[in-house]
Amino acid sequence: MIERLQRLGRLALLSLARLGKATLFLLRLLGALGALGKRPGLMIRQLYSVGVLSLPIIAMSGLFVGMVLGLQGYTNLVDFGATSTLGTVVALSLVRELGPVLAALLYAARAGSALTAEIGLMKTTEQLAAMQMMAVDPFARVFAPRFVAGFIAMPLLAGIFTAIGVLGGYFVAVQQLGVDSGTFWSRMQASVGLVDDIIKGVVVKSVMFGWVANWIAVFEGYDATPTSEGISLATTRTVVNTALAVLVLDFVLTAIFFGV
Amino acid sequence: MGTLKKLELAVGVFVVLGLAAFFMLAMKVSNIAELGEDKGYKVTARFENIGGLKIRAPVTLGGVRIGRVVGIDLDPRSFEALVTLSIDPKYDHLPADSSASILTSGLLGEQYVGLEPGGMDDVLKNGSTLKLTQSALVLEKMIGRMLTNAAAGDQSPAKTP
Repeated sequence: MIERLQRLGRLALLSLARLGKATLFLLRLLGALGALGKRPGLMIRQLYSVGVLSLPIIAMSGLFVGMVLGLQGYTNLVDFGATSTLGTVVALSLVRELGPVLAALLYAARAGSALTAEIGLMKTTEQLAAMQMMAVDPFARVFAPRFVAGFIAMPLLAGIFTAIGVLGGYFVAVQQLGVDSGTFWSRMQASVGLVDDIIKGVVVKSVMFGWVANWIAVFEGYDATPTSEGISLATTRTVVNTALAVLVLDFVLTAIFFGV
Repeated sequence: MGTLKKLELAVGVFVVLGLAAFFMLAMKVSNIAELGEDKGYKVTARFENIGGLKIRAPVTLGGVRIGRVVGIDLDPRSFEALVTLSIDPKYDHLPADSSASILTSGLLGEQYVGLEPGGMDDVLKNGSTLKLTQSALVLEKMIGRMLTNAAAGDQSPAKTP
């Protein structure tokens, strides 16, 4: 019994220590942001690998999620003769929840894991140590550009996901199922607010998710045990922790913004 | 250098796409067209009961949307609901004795404020108050009244003989 309690205590202490380490890491990273202005090329390269290369999966997923929403919404609403609200249903679910959350989950799987693996491998092959030997700060050279690039890419990806999702919903609802196009858009516009839904939904949520997802990804790489197994564990942890953090954070943000 | 240029180009396209997505969301999906509606003039109306009326609910006249609800408050003295309506300045010739009622679109639809034009020559201006109002129909109250009426109807013939 005592032993179990002790084990629990150790677990709690270890996770607290890790959280502290992650926070210190973030602070050092933020301190290194100033150096980024001198070499924007570093960030552009990262923006390419986390942003541009994530576009296909984000666009495809957005399209199909929107189409599913249109289809499901239609089959459920048609019983009540309420298919005119389909535009509202599709847009609100995408803008408030699905757009930012799914984009963040896809981002963690597509780009976050790659960030962790890359940085973990750099650590394993002692590239980070070599940089320090040459008086190059890995925070300024490696971590900060990746973090900032991801932080910029996340809201853009969420926006693209949401916009394509709405178009996918439109395609299914209007082109396939025969909902009136004018009703679809006008009901949507009547109930989606620019500040209330788009800013608070897509923009704020995806900015927060981008912060958390990239923080976790870069830190897990930095903190990885420098072995091949350590890297694989760290990559797994990135995806799992990001998914958990995004979903919990999403609930909190929804409760703040959209709760009664 | 060539690859970096291509990279930069791809990133530029990505950023433009992202911004275009937000632009599309703002213009096509949201009600940005109505953001400027704060230019509308404000009219208050007092209701005994507003039912489920919410801020941003439409204000219509003859079924045409002419504004929206921008504020809901309770008068601490008279315990009446104070509803502030913002009306499009295009419609600046509404008679001052127009009446407002809270209606429901469809059986289960959202509630909105319907205006009925009056006959006075004076027109509603910023800060005017609508005197004639009709509260929302609260379904429970109506059913309750019906039930009491029905009960009274059953009892009265029973008592008379």
